[in-house]
Amino acid sequence: MRQVHPLVMLVPVIAATLFGRMLPTWTLSLATIAASNALVALGIVVLARTGNVSFGQGLVFAAGGYGVALIANSWGITDAVAQMLIGAVCGGLIGLAIGPLISRYSGIFFGMLTLALSMVFYGALVKTTVLGGSDGFNVVRPSLFGISFVDPREADFMLYAVSVVTTGLAGIAAAVLFRSEFGLASLAVRENNLRVEYLGISANRIITINFVIAAVFAGASGAFALMAQRHIDPQFAYWTTSGEFVFVAVLAGYQSVAAVFVASLALELVRSFSNLYLPNTWQLVLGVFLLAVILFLPRGIGSLWTRQRRKRAESSAATSTAAEEGVAS
Amino acid sequence: MNLFLTIVLDGLIEASWLFVVALGLTLVFGVLKILNIAHGSFYALGAYIAATAVTIAAAYSLPPALGFVAMLLSVALIAAVVGLLLERGLLKMFYGRDEVVLLLVTYAVFLILEDTTKLIWGVNPIYASQPYELFGNAEFAGLNYVGYDLLLIPASAAIGLAVWFGLNRTVMGKIVLAVIHNEEMSVSMGVRVNRVYAAAFAFGVLLAALAGALTAPKISMQPGLSSDVIILSFAIVVIGGLGSVEGAAIGAILVGLARAASVHLMPQAELFVIYLIMAAVLMFRPEGLFKRETARRI
Repeated sequence: MRQVHPLVMLVPVIAATLFGRMLPTWTLSLATIAASNALVALGIVVLARTGNVSFGQGLVFAAGGYGVALIANSWGITDAVAQMLIGAVCGGLIGLAIGPLISRYSGIFFGMLTLALSMVFYGALVKTTVLGGSDGFNVVRPSLFGISFVDPREADFMLYAVSVVTTGLAGIAAAVLFRSEFGLASLAVRENNLRVEYLGISANRIITINFVIAAVFAGASGAFALMAQRHIDPQFAYWTTSGEFVFVAVLAGYQSVAAVFVASLALELVRSFSNLYLPNTWQLVLGVFLLAVILFLPRGIGSLWTRQRRKRAESSAATSTAAEEGVAS
Repeated sequence: MNLFLTIVLDGLIEASWLFVVALGLTLVFGVLKILNIAHGSFYALGAYIAATAVTIAAAYSLPPALGFVAMLLSVALIAAVVGLLLERGLLKMFYGRDEVVLLLVTYAVFLILEDTTKLIWGVNPIYASQPYELFGNAEFAGLNYVGYDLLLIPASAAIGLAVWFGLNRTVMGKIVLAVIHNEEMSVSMGVRVNRVYAAAFAFGVLLAALAGALTAPKISMQPGLSSDVIILSFAIVVIGGLGSVEGAAIGAILVGLARAASVHLMPQAELFVIYLIMAAVLMFRPEGLFKRETARRI
C-alpha cells in the first residue's frame, strides 16, 4: 500500500477547520462534540490494536473534565489550549496510575475491569458534595490566547477550530504511530502476546503505553466536552458514556484513522436528527443503526474506502485469520 | 447485634433476586460466550409485564394468589418467546464474530429495548404492589419483615438448586455442560449446538424476567431500571467467575451483603463499595472466585 506522508495529512485538517467558517451555528457545536468524541474513540482504536477494548474510557474522560474544571476555577485559567493540555495531563496521569495494573488482563476481563474502575469513580463523584454531587457544576466560557469571545458564534467557531485541530493532530500522530515499530509490535500483542514475550518484548509494557496514549486523548477530550457544555457532572464517567465511545470505535472499524471522525460525526448526526424528529425513540434509532453497521459493514465505516485499496492484501490475510478463528472457537 | 442481623437479612433478600438475574447472565455467557448487556432489559421487561398482569388480574377481581401465580407463568412464557425470537432472529447472525462486537450487538439490543419499554409503558413510574401484602408480615428475632421479602430467599434458593440439578444430574444438562466445555467436540458427537444455544438463551431471558416479576411488587418500574440491574449483575458474575453457577450465588450474596451494609452504615458509598469489591477480586483472581482452568494456545 502506498503510504501518505504525515505532512500531507495536515491538508484535510486545515480544510476541515476552515470549512467550519461556512457551517451554520448548530452544526458547529455538533461538530465540536463529534471531534471531541472522535478523540476518545481514537484512543480506543489505538488500544484495540493490542486486542484490548476499554469500556471505562469515561473514567479518564471525566477525570480530564473534572481536573480542568477544578484547576480552571481555582487558578482562573480560561485559555482553551491550556485547558486542553491540562485535561490531557490529568488523563495521562490517571493512565499511568492504572495502566500498569490493568495491562495484565486481556479480552473481556480487561473491559470489565476498566468498566468497574469507571463505575467506582462515578459512584465516588455522585457522592462528593464538594464537586456538586450528581448535579455537577458550571465553568466559565473559555478564551483563546488572551482573547475572550463575546459573540457566541465566534466562541463556537474558536472551540470548533481548537478541537478539530487537536483531534486532527492526534489522528496524524496515531497514523504515524501505527506505522512505527511500536505500532506493529502492538498488533503482534493482539495476535499472540506469548510469542511477543518470547521475542524479548514486554507485552504488558506495550499495553500500558497504548493505554496511557488512549488516556491522554480521553483526558483532552474531557476538557473539550467541558468547554463545549460549560458544565460537568458525574454522567461523564457513567458506563453508557464509555459505551458510546466504544460504539464510535466499532462503527469506524480499526483500519482507518479518518473513519473515526466520520463515524463520530455520523453518530452525532443520527443522534441529533432522531432527537429532533423522534424525541422518544432516539435510542431505538441508534440501536438499529449500530446493528445495521455491524451487520452490513463488518469492518466498520472505514472499509467503505479502504476496501478497494487493500483488497488484494486482505484476501490473503482474511483467509489465514479465518482459519485461525476457526481453531480458536 | 440487631443492626448486624438486619444487614444480613436485608443483604440476603437483596442477594436472592440478584442471584436469579445473575444466574441467567452467567448461563448465557457459559453457553454462548456472550456477555449480554441486554440482560437488564429482560429483567425490566419481566417487571413491566408483571405489573400489567397484576393490573389485569385486579381488573377481573381474581383472588390475588391466583393472579400472582398467573403473573409469574405469563411473564416467563412471554420472556422465553422474546428470547427465542431474539436469538434465532438476530444474535444468530453474529456468531463467530469478535467478543467485543457481540457485546456491542447486545448493547444495541439494550438501546432498542429501552425505548420499546418506554413506548409501551410510558415514562412515569408504574406500581404493582398488590401481591406484596399476600404473605402478611413476619417477625424474625425482634425485627419486622414483610413476608413476601423473606419468602424470596427460599424461592431463589430453590431456583438455584433446580438449575444446578438440571445441569449436573440430567441428560439435557450434561449436553449443555458439554457445549460449554467444548463446542466443536459436542458438534462432532452429534449435539445440535444451535438448539442448545437457543434454549440456553431463552432460559437466561426467562430467569431475568422471572426475577423482574418477583421483584415487581417491591419496586416502582421506571426508565433506567435495566441499566441499574445490569451494572449490579455484571459485578456479580465477574466476582463469581463468568459462567459459574456457584460463583453467581457467592457473588450475589457478597454484593447483596455489601449493598445492605453500606445502606445501613455508609449510605453514600453504595455503588462505590460494590465496584471496589469487584475491582479487588479482579486484582487477585483475574477470572473471578470460581475460576475454571483453561488451556492456553501458544
